[in-house]
Amino acid sequence: MSAHEMKSGPLEYRTQEGQLSILGFWIFLAAEIVLFSTLFATYAVLFGRTADAPTPGELFEIKTVLIMTFLLLTSSFTCGIAIHQMRRGSVKGLITWLIITLVLGIGFLGFEIYEFIHYAHEGATLQSSAFWSAFFTLAGTHGLHVTLGIGWAVLLLIQLAKRGLTPVTSRKTFIISLYWHFLDVVWIFIFTSVYLIGMVV
Amino acid sequence: MKLDEFFVTGEPLVYGGMVSIVLVTSAVIFLLTYFKRWGWLWREWLTTVDHKKIGIMYILSALAMLFRGGMDAMMMRIQLAFPNMNFLNAQHYDEIFTTHGTIMIIFMAMPFLIGLMNIIVPLQIGARDFAFPFVNALSFWSFFFGAMLFNISFVIGGSPDAGWTSYTPLSGAAMSPGPGQNFYLMGLQLSGIGTLATGINLMVTILKMRAPGMKLFKMPIFTWSTLVTCFIIIFAFPILTVALALLTIDRIFGAQFFTVTGEGMPMMWANLFWMWGHPEVYIVILPAFGIFSEVIATFARKRLFGYHAMVWSMILIAGLSFLVWVHHFFTMGAGAFVNSVFSVSTMLIAVPTGVKIFNWLATLYKSKIEFTTPMMWSLAFIPSFVLGGVTGVMLGMAAADYQFHNSYFLIAHFHYVLIAGTVFACFAGLEYWYPKMFGHKLNERFGKLAFWFFVIGFHVTFFPQYFVGLDGMPRRVFYIIPEWMPLNVISTVGAFGMGIGFAIFVFNIYYSYRNSEREKTGDSWDGRTLEWATPTPVPFYNFATVPHADKYDAFLAMKKKGETTFDEEKLKPIHMPSNTGQPIIMMAIAAFASFALIFEWITLAVIGLVGVLIMMGIRSFDYDEGYHVEVDEIKRIEREARGL
Repeated sequence: MSAHEMKSGPLEYRTQEGQLSILGFWIFLAAEIVLFSTLFATYAVLFGRTADAPTPGELFEIKTVLIMTFLLLTSSFTCGIAIHQMRRGSVKGLITWLIITLVLGIGFLGFEIYEFIHYAHEGATLQSSAFWSAFFTLAGTHGLHVTLGIGWAVLLLIQLAKRGLTPVTSRKTFIISLYWHFLDVVWIFIFTSVYLIGMVV
Repeated sequence: MKLDEFFVTGEPLVYGGMVSIVLVTSAVIFLLTYFKRWGWLWREWLTTVDHKKIGIMYILSALAMLFRGGMDAMMMRIQLAFPNMNFLNAQHYDEIFTTHGTIMIIFMAMPFLIGLMNIIVPLQIGARDFAFPFVNALSFWSFFFGAMLFNISFVIGGSPDAGWTSYTPLSGAAMSPGPGQNFYLMGLQLSGIGTLATGINLMVTILKMRAPGMKLFKMPIFTWSTLVTCFIIIFAFPILTVALALLTIDRIFGAQFFTVTGEGMPMMWANLFWMWGHPEVYIVILPAFGIFSEVIATFARKRLFGYHAMVWSMILIAGLSFLVWVHHFFTMGAGAFVNSVFSVSTMLIAVPTGVKIFNWLATLYKSKIEFTTPMMWSLAFIPSFVLGGVTGVMLGMAAADYQFHNSYFLIAHFHYVLIAGTVFACFAGLEYWYPKMFGHKLNERFGKLAFWFFVIGFHVTFFPQYFVGLDGMPRRVFYIIPEWMPLNVISTVGAFGMGIGFAIFVFNIYYSYRNSEREKTGDSWDGRTLEWATPTPVPFYNFATVPHADKYDAFLAMKKKGETTFDEEKLKPIHMPSNTGQPIIMMAIAAFASFALIFEWITLAVIGLVGVLIMMGIRSFDYDEGYHVEVDEIKRIEREARGL
């Protein structure tokens, strides 16, 4: 717990606290990978067990899913720009790009909620069969992560506006960017192994 | 909901439990008020972020849970020795074997070991606290409230009764309605979050906060066992999180994961559960191996034999632990090929474990053994654990397992590894590090008395169970046939021996507090590793100056060179984290939300969840950066502690 601070290198890595937190978060992401892997495995095992409910091939639409994918992938890119702005030392750039990221994230969520409601109308709900339980839990857990990420980033935006770039705020921003990219990676797997496969099988 | 649905009614034993809960709670409240200790309790303990105090709270809670789980065991043993007495009915028996198993694994074994890790690991690596002291407090309170939630079930709402494995479809909403199984799900979920956080916390601490010079392969073996255990925790606990969440969604929100309707798959639960559950048993055995290694090296007065082999065998065990889960349900019918694969992987684990056994024996070989109580637990461990291990290999043979499955043979096996391994290690570790924690040793005479009662009682209890199992007695039955009676009576006698041993152990804590000689140096056993380099009691900042530790058995090397952890020349102000009430409050709210969810009061649960989120928000805006201990203050504390 030493307080001495390095004078060079990225701001978020300059204190020991920053380094510890970032490593800790990487390890947390490893645990998250296990969490999502378990959900994917559950989904794979229950694939096709739709009982009387509609099959995924009947409900999945490439158009909405492509828009969602586009929104989330772009948000990952803008999140990268936000961190680039942070490294340049521009609070204003950071805040701007972070807000753009969040707007894209909210757009993604909106489509996901619309999609879920649509499926429910067509008779596919959490309760209707093992397959749909697995689908809603997997996609829903991802959506919940996105929601939490947005709430978390909003708190961070307030702190950035109030305090500017310090080793603490830059560490927090860097960590949330890791989180955001991680959610993007998970979505790529959901897009391919859930939606694309679900549409053709 | 009516009041008699909320409280459990109609059982004299449960009424007894309610009365004792009320009495103990009022006694505690009275004593705290009478001696005006509320402020002390809040400031010194409930809001602490000091790893040593958190560790002590873990161990105290674990001892309480050992008592609770032990009482469950005693009740089962009484029922099985006198099956005609109607001491327990079938339902009550089901509840008791469920809570016994769950409490012993989740709320006793793990917190006990995590408590020891909490106290010892930072000291062994020369760190001043955990990487994330706040998170450490959060972990403890999540475990504590999870345990309380689970324990309260026997008076409020009814205990879970589907076994500690909680197999579906039995544990699903259709066959187990009511709050019982929900207690299991939420209690484990809440404490599981804390365990995962501790795993991450300790891993970062060990990877990043070691004393200068201490390479990974110079670390004390207990720290190594902790690091490997953390690895297992991080990769196993999310599986439990998901499994519990899926079953919760099934039970409360009507999903179809493990149901027999809607094309659900009940057998998937067994897979998910054991994909966590098997690594879990290594989470509770690897730290035990670490403790025995430390104790044996100390009292054999020799360097641990085959240190590198010890470390690599732990790493191998950790890897293999994820590849054997199917051996818990060979009889489920996965087919000959799958069963064969898992049979072979199971037997493979015996190899690194055997390496460790021989290394301990080689450490003892030609050494001058000091027969202290911790050493005696370690010496008793080796042959007892081998018995458990060998029968484990027998169970691992898939074909033979069709005979052993679900019989008392299995019960005997896992008690032989979990008690002779984990419980002996908890006792050994507590007695070994006790002077470091409390400034005095536990009395050796009472310690040995407790040891003999417990160890002999243990063998008398569980050795007959191998045979009664081979005679066909299945587990989880509350009524037995006459042929099984004699061996069951012997088992019950042994169980009381263990109970007496535990009672003496607890009495010894009190006796030693009153009578033991206070420690003057920090080095109670002529130790080898850095935890003994600090004065006793350990100052809250642990190390006034962090030693350069580039040798294995770093403290041994320091003693040779005459170095201490108090080098007045090198003193610098020490940065320490502030105490905070946030962890306990946040987890109390989480416990409230979980409690509401258990009774399916969704609105209240949502309110609780919002409360947790608000607490997280408050934490996010908390920029408390701790404080510095000044050099003069350090000098004063160290001189007093070292009698300079």
